[in-house]
Amino acid sequence: MREVRLPVIGTVATWRHEARLLAVEGVPSDEVLWHCGEGSGDLFADGSNASNNVASSIEIRLSKVALSSIQSALCHSDPERFARAYDVVLRLSRGDVRWGDRSDAGVRRILEQAKAVGRDIHKMHAFVRFRELPSDCDRRGFAAWFEPEHNIVEAATPFFAKRFGDMDWMIVTPTITAQFFDGTLAFAETTEDARLPKDDTEDLWRTYYASIFNPARLMVKAMTSEMPKKYWKNLPEADLIPELIRTAPERAAAMEAARPTSPPARAAAIQAMAAKPSPFVPAPGSPEALRRDAAGCTRCPLYRPATQAVFGEGPPDADVMIVGEQPGDREDLVGRPFVGPAGELFDEVAASAGLHRSRVYITNAVKHFKFKPQGKRRIHQRPNTSEIEACRRWLDHERQLIRPKLIVAMGATALQSLTGSGDGLLNRRGRLEQTQDGTPLLVTLHPSYILRLKDRAAALKARSDFQDDLAAAASFYVADSGMR
Amino acid sequence: MAKLSLNKKLEILSDAAKYDASCASSGGERRDSRDGSGLGSSGGSGICHAYAPDGRCISLLKILMTNFCIYDCAYCINRVSSQVQRARFSVEEVVKLTIEFYRRNYIEGLFLSSGIIRSPDDTMVDMVRIARTLREAENFRGYIHLKTIPDAAPELIDEAGKWADRLSINIEMPTEAGLAKLAPEKNGREIRKAMGDVRLRREASREKTFRGRAKAKFAPAGQSTQIIVGADAADDRAILDQSSNLYANYALSRVYYSAFSPIPDASKVLPLIRPPLLREHRLYQADWLLRFYGFDAGEVASKGMLDLDVDPKLAWALEHRGAFPVDVNRADREMLLRVPGFGTKTVQRLLAARRHRRVRYEDLKPMGAVMKNAAAFIVADGWSPRGMTDEAALRNRFAPPPEQLSLI
Repeated sequence: MREVRLPVIGTVATWRHEARLLAVEGVPSDEVLWHCGEGSGDLFADGSNASNNVASSIEIRLSKVALSSIQSALCHSDPERFARAYDVVLRLSRGDVRWGDRSDAGVRRILEQAKAVGRDIHKMHAFVRFRELPSDCDRRGFAAWFEPEHNIVEAATPFFAKRFGDMDWMIVTPTITAQFFDGTLAFAETTEDARLPKDDTEDLWRTYYASIFNPARLMVKAMTSEMPKKYWKNLPEADLIPELIRTAPERAAAMEAARPTSPPARAAAIQAMAAKPSPFVPAPGSPEALRRDAAGCTRCPLYRPATQAVFGEGPPDADVMIVGEQPGDREDLVGRPFVGPAGELFDEVAASAGLHRSRVYITNAVKHFKFKPQGKRRIHQRPNTSEIEACRRWLDHERQLIRPKLIVAMGATALQSLTGSGDGLLNRRGRLEQTQDGTPLLVTLHPSYILRLKDRAAALKARSDFQDDLAAAASFYVADSGMR
Repeated sequence: MAKLSLNKKLEILSDAAKYDASCASSGGERRDSRDGSGLGSSGGSGICHAYAPDGRCISLLKILMTNFCIYDCAYCINRVSSQVQRARFSVEEVVKLTIEFYRRNYIEGLFLSSGIIRSPDDTMVDMVRIARTLREAENFRGYIHLKTIPDAAPELIDEAGKWADRLSINIEMPTEAGLAKLAPEKNGREIRKAMGDVRLRREASREKTFRGRAKAKFAPAGQSTQIIVGADAADDRAILDQSSNLYANYALSRVYYSAFSPIPDASKVLPLIRPPLLREHRLYQADWLLRFYGFDAGEVASKGMLDLDVDPKLAWALEHRGAFPVDVNRADREMLLRVPGFGTKTVQRLLAARRHRRVRYEDLKPMGAVMKNAAAFIVADGWSPRGMTDEAALRNRFAPPPEQLSLI
């Protein structure tokens, strides 16, 4: 039998060192007795360090996740943890068991204990309560008394060093004391009980704790499952709990029974004072009025899930009006047409075709974004006939207001809205048609169609067609303004 | 008005803040003060430093800057027409409380909200000043959550996002009609626009500048919102539709559901009822199904209201027995996620184990499955539910036993 005695401070690191040496010697796991700290040792140990059963030497190889879980489990209070970890490590290194296989009792136990230790560490981070100590230097001093369930002080306190870097503090536990002075974290065995001075801020904290509690929602079990009673004795707020629980039902009942009161006298005065001045009302028929009315449009259900109606924009005397399908994800958020990926492509192609965005009026056949929510994304959906019909009213208003010399319909939806039929787009593209009132209408592709094309050659072809069409629109506009 | 003590103000202004459910302090930017030049850390998983007897966690110092308010929202204790006692913190007082509480390890940071005083901009200016003082004067590196006011000026929102980890705007009611009725001064369109704005700013802050540098962070822990449940007539389907819309539209980190709770000095418009806590709980479960289990709102709440007796996943499985039993050795991830009693971790472990060997019934419990719920819906090596899946009384195994109605 081998006997290994591990120190109280630095237990895990020493275990790693010893386990590695034992494995190199090839000592099997049932040949080792592990102890931590001072103790009587095993009465039956023969004291000799020579082992009778020596197998072949093993080099310990562990994955990072395995090592981290095993190290956590070594902080558990279970006295068997060292032997179990050594046994599992040997079997893992020999390839007898796969890490993460919960059907293996040893692995499962380590995973469970690592979880329990993780929870204990988390609870220490949560439930340590510092009290301020008198300090005569710049750095303020704080101290706390805490009783963890497992041996976690060394694993849990670096968190406090990161969090409370600009103050000196110590956390005293029944076995180990962690001290942080001038940026250095050190551990020592606890020699005496800590006596902490009173701290007045605790009264404020107790006030906060009592006030943030809603007596109408009493759920004691939910509290105790997360804040078990074993932690209560070191929490300054915990002695309020019984009284809060006891009085909660009557407080809630009193609230339910109370009759509504009439508003205080000042309420009317405050509201009158705060009332917004009546908003500016634009003249009926003006672009502003149209925009405002469209913003409140509820003619079809598309307004509900969308953020806002996206109205057209451009100079009121523009000769060319560009009509797309509907706003997309980005347009819906920004509130302006063609500012997303399709808008970028449009700007790029239009500029090289000699059609400048600042000179055209650009809008959509449908003013609200139609989509299907999918997780954190919105999937574009094509507007149906009734939605296009409902929204045509706004497009008609825009046309009357701008009176363009030429309308460019990008894609089938725009074409349907403007001519009554969006069929056969690819055959009609590049052609000059007419709207019902006789305005010349140029048919072209929608830029997002080009973006969607997977085939590179097809996309290039479509893009060049699109550019030709926009160039035709630009020349129409140049020719037309030349005529004037 | 007599001058109130700090303790009294804290009492009034934390009492006024307790109807906000959010207390998250996780995620966002990783910061610490190991170098000794500041105070605080954040960015890991959040920590709940205490639990109140209502079972809610206390992670942040959740207070109002002031409970004076010019709005008249019927469900709110701070509405202008309420008789509640009013108070107001100074900037210094909030900063002091935050820092002193933080140093004693009571909290993860500050969650600051406020009634609207004078105008939205005036209120936002003061809130931003508190956040800036904490960051610049106190070198505070803990968590800050600011409630933003939808109508505040864009520069103020910009600054709020610069100092805070999370911004939130409460949408309050599941439908616009409800909002118009109960919160006459609030405007659903404006709230949604403001959320869209925060999403755009967050996305812009993640792009690199022309020189390849990272831009200033904007609300690195995202934005969230809260819906009050049970104050208006909206059903669970409407609420969940609203949530999935908000997650998709504005990339929210969380939607919180808050059961409408009786408040002292209630308005005449609203009934004083016991808060529908179980309904709230079912909504949170359904919300998880939407976000992590591939369900959509129409599936979980196909009947309008969620089943209060069994959880929404079990309810779905009971309604769709044709899809079960699921063979745990063959089914794909999507289907495994729909098995009652299997969580995302169980499914992950199951798939990992399947790569090495076949999975037996007794392997499932150690993987974290709740076999009481799962057994009727799965086939594994050594287990077949036989007729159990289609048993007419299967629901009774899960639902609480019927209770005799009281005669009075």
